[in-house]
Amino acid sequence: MSQTSPAILPSLPHPRIPAWVFNLSILLLIAALYPVKSLLESNLDPYFYQVLMLIGLHIILAVSLNLINGITGQFSLGHAGFLAVGAYTAGILLKHYHLPTGLTGSLLYLTTILLAGLVTAFSGLLIGIPCLRLRGDYLAIATLGFGEIINIVIVNTDSIGPFDVGGSSGLHAIPILANFFWVFAAVVICVVSVWRIAYSSKGKAFAAIRDDEIAAAAMGVNTTYYKVAAFAIGAFFAGVAGALWATWFGDLDPSSFGFMKSFDIVVMVVLGGSGSITGSILAATILTILPEWLRFLSQYRLVIYSLMLIFMMLFRPQGLLGNREFFRFKKPRVASSK
Amino acid sequence: MSLLEIKNLSVNFGGLKALSDFSLSLNQGDLIGLIGPNGAGKTTTFNIVTGVYRPTTGQVLLNNRSISGRKPFRINRLGIARTFQNIRLFSELSVLDNVIVGFNQSIGHSFLGAVLRSPKHTREDRSHERDAMDLLETFGIADRAHDLATNLPYGSQRRLEIARALATRPKVLLLDEPAAGMNPHEKQDLIRLIRFVREKFQIGIWLIEHDMKLVMSICDRITVLDHGETIAEGPPAQIQCHPKVIEAYLGEPTH
Repeated sequence: MSQTSPAILPSLPHPRIPAWVFNLSILLLIAALYPVKSLLESNLDPYFYQVLMLIGLHIILAVSLNLINGITGQFSLGHAGFLAVGAYTAGILLKHYHLPTGLTGSLLYLTTILLAGLVTAFSGLLIGIPCLRLRGDYLAIATLGFGEIINIVIVNTDSIGPFDVGGSSGLHAIPILANFFWVFAAVVICVVSVWRIAYSSKGKAFAAIRDDEIAAAAMGVNTTYYKVAAFAIGAFFAGVAGALWATWFGDLDPSSFGFMKSFDIVVMVVLGGSGSITGSILAATILTILPEWLRFLSQYRLVIYSLMLIFMMLFRPQGLLGNREFFRFKKPRVASSK
Repeated sequence: MSLLEIKNLSVNFGGLKALSDFSLSLNQGDLIGLIGPNGAGKTTTFNIVTGVYRPTTGQVLLNNRSISGRKPFRINRLGIARTFQNIRLFSELSVLDNVIVGFNQSIGHSFLGAVLRSPKHTREDRSHERDAMDLLETFGIADRAHDLATNLPYGSQRRLEIARALATRPKVLLLDEPAAGMNPHEKQDLIRLIRFVREKFQIGIWLIEHDMKLVMSICDRITVLDHGETIAEGPPAQIQCHPKVIEAYLGEPTH
């Protein structure tokens, strides 16, 4: 008998472990990233470290977009817009206020990241509400427009009150606070959150909307609420990625958040398999490494890269993992109460 | 006072009168049929009652409360569930998950609760899963609970749609051609199932059906529509020999 969203690996037996044990192990995993960070900083080549950071940021972006595009089925092309909102929120604040070093500084940095996420989630609400009347291609175009509007607003804003925004020349000299620990802690939290939301009984409404919106509404699912929620949650994590982006690169150029960036993220989601969270992680990793690895081809690099994408879509249109996950816990068969 | 009361319902699409002056009352335990030739406005009637379309004039009352003009999900939450003429299951979800979506309205935890796996979330997840399994057991498809809905055989998909509708704990259940595409054996099962549902869940059932044998054998009352007009109403025996009904189905008699 086939299993629900079959896993690539044989399903692991579902552990009957209390939730707090799971949550604690996730916290421990995040804490364990700290010594790994020191290890990597002293041993890893700065180039590879840079690629690793980019992989982390792309994973957050791809997984958060997957909630909107793949799991809820609302095709959005505005994710780079959300990335820009988060990046500029954090960049503007951190350039203006100099954070102290030490624990207080770290806590304030964390607050800034969360604030950037919340501001972006709010922009996700703003875009979500009007766009909900649209479906398919029309939604894609509206979200594309939103991304462009964000861009144009940034290009034409030199400052907001005392805050420097940079306008068309970009925002420069943002303090570099992000490192492996911060980025990968965000990766863990983003992946765990989206996974738990998508596969909880509440979250099944997202997939129900994707499969048949009319039937979902007829079954009492408040489709508007869930679609706006998908946009807001997806935007929140894109904003978090933005804050980390700003504080890792230190310079923000509005042109780098154009629709090309949105397409890059969409390609990751589609290539990994729409609806597959592990697929997004895999594709974000591959698509970050591939262009770097192809550097030896010099000017032919992007041609080969594009050809690989075309062949991929020809031979595996459902994406690397389809809508399956790389591994899943096999739910124990629930006996009925009879 | 009846459970579902429809008063003088009309809807026009542009110049087309899809339904005119339709009235009906349905009580708990009733099993009422809605028949008529193709394009008579049967599904349109269901779509108005469930909020997919707005009526041009008229009212739909559930427990004496007007529900016309409300959104489909609100109407479902107030107690009207339905199935669809061309099955609309969540094809990429498992059979079990299809039913679990039906419990959506009774979820009390937030997204943060789902992320942190709060005790409330765990409790609700488990109880929904158990209730869903019970429903599947009742409908004889529990052994396929972990299959994708799209992989079920046709007859079981129809059963699953009814199970999913019942998961929303309705007071009134609308079945849109539940026997369409079924073989005689499956139809016999369906008749038994519909009677069982009426007994067990204590609800009113209103069904659209083309299979006259099925309609005549299970319905207490039948309404006949033709071109949006109600041409006859009454118990099966009366409908069977109603001249207007015969005319609508077979054409005018030539003498």
